[in-house]
Amino acid sequence: MADVIKKATRESYGEALAALGDKYDNLYVLDADLAAATKTGIFKKKFPDRFFDCGIAEANMMGVAAGLAATGKIPFASTFAMFAAGRAFEIVRNSIGYPHLNVKIGATHAGISVGEDGATHQCNEDIALMRTIPGMTIINPADDVEAKAAVEAAIQHNGPVYMRFGRLAVPVFNDPATYKFELGKGIKLRDGKDIAIIATGLMVNEAIEAAKVLEAEGVSATVINIHTIKPIDEDIIVEAAKTTGLVLTVEEHSIIGGLGSAVSDVLSAKQPTKLVKIGVNDEFGHSGPAVELLKQYGLCADNIVKTAKAAVAAK
Amino acid sequence: MDATIKKQLEITACKVRLGIIEGVFNAKSGHPGGSLSIADMLTYLYFAKMNVYPDKPDEPSRDRFVLSKGHTAPALYSTLAEKGFFPKEELKSLRHVGALLQGHPCITIPGVDMSSGSLGQGISAACGMALSGKISGDTYKVYTVLGDGEIEEGQVWEAAMFAAHYKLDNLVAVVDNNGLQIDGKISDVMSPYPIKEKFEAFGWHAIEINAHDFDEIDKAFNEAETVSGQPVVIIQKSTKGKGVSFMEDQVGWHGTAPNKEQYDQAVAELSAKLKELEG
Repeated sequence: MADVIKKATRESYGEALAALGDKYDNLYVLDADLAAATKTGIFKKKFPDRFFDCGIAEANMMGVAAGLAATGKIPFASTFAMFAAGRAFEIVRNSIGYPHLNVKIGATHAGISVGEDGATHQCNEDIALMRTIPGMTIINPADDVEAKAAVEAAIQHNGPVYMRFGRLAVPVFNDPATYKFELGKGIKLRDGKDIAIIATGLMVNEAIEAAKVLEAEGVSATVINIHTIKPIDEDIIVEAAKTTGLVLTVEEHSIIGGLGSAVSDVLSAKQPTKLVKIGVNDEFGHSGPAVELLKQYGLCADNIVKTAKAAVAAK
Repeated sequence: MDATIKKQLEITACKVRLGIIEGVFNAKSGHPGGSLSIADMLTYLYFAKMNVYPDKPDEPSRDRFVLSKGHTAPALYSTLAEKGFFPKEELKSLRHVGALLQGHPCITIPGVDMSSGSLGQGISAACGMALSGKISGDTYKVYTVLGDGEIEEGQVWEAAMFAAHYKLDNLVAVVDNNGLQIDGKISDVMSPYPIKEKFEAFGWHAIEINAHDFDEIDKAFNEAETVSGQPVVIIQKSTKGKGVSFMEDQVGWHGTAPNKEQYDQAVAELSAKLKELEG
């Protein structure tokens, strides 16, 4: 796999904004003193008149985005997930969600793969928080190709969208020539009969790798990529549960309120099926290199293999 | 200000106050004190200042208004009804199940430009609208009204910094300085004073006026229009509960609805005032 290209989805975000700025002249970008890290700096360089730094004031930035949207602009409000979904939660709820304004939130540095900065900056709660806001669309892309497509899909969608991007460079596994992003539609990457692995974000690639290992060891796994966590693709989840009778969710997010919970909501109502969740357990992260942290927290192909085998054995 | 126009504004403000009492009484809850203290300001904005179109509430060129102190929605609703955005009858179902008029301003109500009510947020949205106008070269103005207790919220000062940084001279913020918040006098609870100096330090052009004198209000807005490269704040010294004798300057009337007897008295006082004005 030496030829695998790796790229952080925050890079994809910045590049997509800059590329789409020509096509959508109503697109504006806000940042809160993190343009170098969120990569909106790429847009700023190309469109300096359409970029507004709000300084280290995320609450106001979300409100400004609401005002821009209320007057017909399409603002992308960008900062780390911790501050976008965490600090500014109530502004996102009341000034963006409640009036259902056309604001796009670009939240980078999500999850523990922030790495060395540690727990204060490792946001494992954002999906849970954003899921509770009525009318909020949540996209958690898996790689560069999907992230770029997601940015354009967000522009084309009228309403608030929360997009989750990562700091860590991750393998680009989607083929830009054939990849098609459909908001609210999961993507089945592999068909199996013993277990359905439903993953999101950077865990999708790990799930694909795990499925290959599982196959070699006699376990047949379906792999589904859920890039849109809200609204979630109920049909693909129900179908996978019916086919396999066992579901494993994998996400770089708290096991409380994220993809696992969303899938659980679907299954318990429509297709009661045993569900096992891999995610960040009910604990904070800590400092360390991202890849090591992901391994330590079980957010890797090895742990998916181990967990899937145990679950299948217990069937 | 022209005496005839002033008289007409005083009459309209009196009607707006009657609508506030009507709304809060029928809702059996809500915030009469701070609504009555901004009745003159809203009357001035909607009847003497802003370009708004009751028959085309979403007209893109309209001036924008954000009630950052959203709990005083009865004042906004009464003003909008008086202006013709929706029937005055709607005030009677304020806060009721299935009603048009929600407890706090909601963007889906005709004439309401932004949902608000969680304090400190409206001014940020107003900044966004003003920035948007600057970006597009639009000539509309953006007005927002904040409470003096509201400016204890940190977000207000984030917005204050932003507005000055981006030279939003198409934005006028009004601080309704009635001196009272839920827990008591603002000077006792958490003093935001000195308000004028704070805004000036943040780069704003600040004007202090009497909230209940249309000549002073008019003069302040005329001055605001001469200011370039800076946002303007008008700090209006007001009386909470203004116009209803037993509600004036009483913290207890921040968020309490009048009972039938109190309602009758308030209506009687305001009706007498209206009759006197209409001569």
